[in-house]
Amino acid sequence: MKKLILTELEQAMLSGEHGPAIAMCMRLIVGVAKANQATRLIEIESAHADGCLYHGIAGLEYTEKLVELGGKVKVRTTTNVSSLDLLHPDLVHADATLATNGRRLMDAHLALGCEATWTCAPYQTGHRPVFGTQIAWAESNAIVFANSVLGARTDRYGDFLDISAAIVGRVPFAGLHTDEGRKAVLVLDFSGISRELLEEESAWPAIGALLGDIAESKVAAMIGLPGDLSDGGLTEDRLKGLGATAASAGGVGLFHIVGVTPEAPTLAAVVNAKVETIKISTAQLRASRDRLTTAVGDDLDAVSLGTPHFSLAEFENLAKELEGGDKFSPSIDFYVSTSRGVLERAEALGYAQILKNAGGRIVTDTCTYVTPILNPKIKTVMTNSGKWAWYAPGNLGIETILGSVKECIASARAGKLVRNDALWF
Amino acid sequence: MRSGSKSLTGRALHPGSSSGELLILDQPISFWGGVDHHGVIIDVHHPQCGLSVAGKVLVMTSGRGSSSATAVLAELIRVKKAPAAMIFTECDTILVIGALVSAELYQIQMPMVELSTDSYAKIPKSGSVLVEVDSENMIGLIKLLE
Repeated sequence: MKKLILTELEQAMLSGEHGPAIAMCMRLIVGVAKANQATRLIEIESAHADGCLYHGIAGLEYTEKLVELGGKVKVRTTTNVSSLDLLHPDLVHADATLATNGRRLMDAHLALGCEATWTCAPYQTGHRPVFGTQIAWAESNAIVFANSVLGARTDRYGDFLDISAAIVGRVPFAGLHTDEGRKAVLVLDFSGISRELLEEESAWPAIGALLGDIAESKVAAMIGLPGDLSDGGLTEDRLKGLGATAASAGGVGLFHIVGVTPEAPTLAAVVNAKVETIKISTAQLRASRDRLTTAVGDDLDAVSLGTPHFSLAEFENLAKELEGGDKFSPSIDFYVSTSRGVLERAEALGYAQILKNAGGRIVTDTCTYVTPILNPKIKTVMTNSGKWAWYAPGNLGIETILGSVKECIASARAGKLVRNDALWF
Repeated sequence: MRSGSKSLTGRALHPGSSSGELLILDQPISFWGGVDHHGVIIDVHHPQCGLSVAGKVLVMTSGRGSSSATAVLAELIRVKKAPAAMIFTECDTILVIGALVSAELYQIQMPMVELSTDSYAKIPKSGSVLVEVDSENMIGLIKLLE
């Protein structure tokens, strides 16, 4: 039986000597440490709080109680998407409860000292912990990105623990915080997939869905995938989409891509002993992609891009594709979700205007599948996001089609599905 | 739970004592986006979509997906639509947090137990069980009810 040992300072924090908010947060951290069999806590340098999306009274009561008890974050803490778009309030059709409680929840986070970023991609708007940093992040896509692409270290945290860790500046030393917990226990080999298919944008959410399915919550290493994290954002955005889908289809908190992600210069660097290698076929990858499309036929009512939130590089690419082309069909609602931080730069560079001129709408601070934004008449939505495609049928009761940004644009212009499947067979 | 052994022992993840009908999930589920506010499974990708987890002893290998699952679980516990207890083969921190918060805010204890893969395989496919978790010794006991 492993025993948790607290330092004198941590004992004092737990027993209330540093105030009731810190004691309340320590009770949670210690409870999780015991469940995870951690033997000690470690200090963190950054946090990302997911609890600002309204899910009911419990989340609101916990956060407001911390405010009432005088809680303040000890480390830099950014905020995840909320239930409201404060910059475009007319876009969200919130009922009175959601409007009031959603706002109270956001205000409570600010009162605790969090930054008003309201984004699921804080790593693309200035909050990028450096390699090896111990952090406490929530939001499944941000967790997998911080661990895999940045090489920072967070376990899979959720609402409540994120803000509590930020307030005490500590988390249990367990799981993905440890060297041992970051080793891959299986290897997926993609060398049998054509380079052309891997250059297709939709291959990456499909890889994510497959990874989530096979790995569940285990750490996997992938070989035979192209990429270069210094290529100006292309690889980074592909891995963002891959990770977000893997963390939806499974509980993936960390993946390695040999030769691409920072902890995996070689396979030997991320695997301990001989581990199982699974060779991936094109048919398997296609089956994973097809799980992300529930619609039958080519009818289409809307397009939703930007889950996780659109990056500046994605905006630049979108603007290039749109400039000088036809407007979207009036029968299609076209949404792009992004952070207010990225929007400010996309506006300065003219990308946002190009999108608006084509007939697109921009959503900030929230996302099109977590709060009522879409017209209730909408039945079928096309998206480039594996995560959106995974959750929207359940959340919104709609049908989804996965496609690349290019295919989403072509479909929005045509008013019906346009997708090229040639590479997938 | 073969004849002669009517109980299983595992590691305590969260204290409490509760009983209910077993619901064994064929695949893990994310509470956020996967279970609605009445406790019904709404994940269209899940083979048991449409079943209710409310009041059940929920058995799954681990959690899946969204880190908002904590808040959804805490809210389900608050409105009494949560499972009576949960059994995993792999501790899911995100769900343990939901149980800890409900204890902190509402003094409702939802027991959670982690079983070894061997013990997990011995859980009967149906019937009711009592889940008792003693946090002092960090032991979780699962007893088959007749």
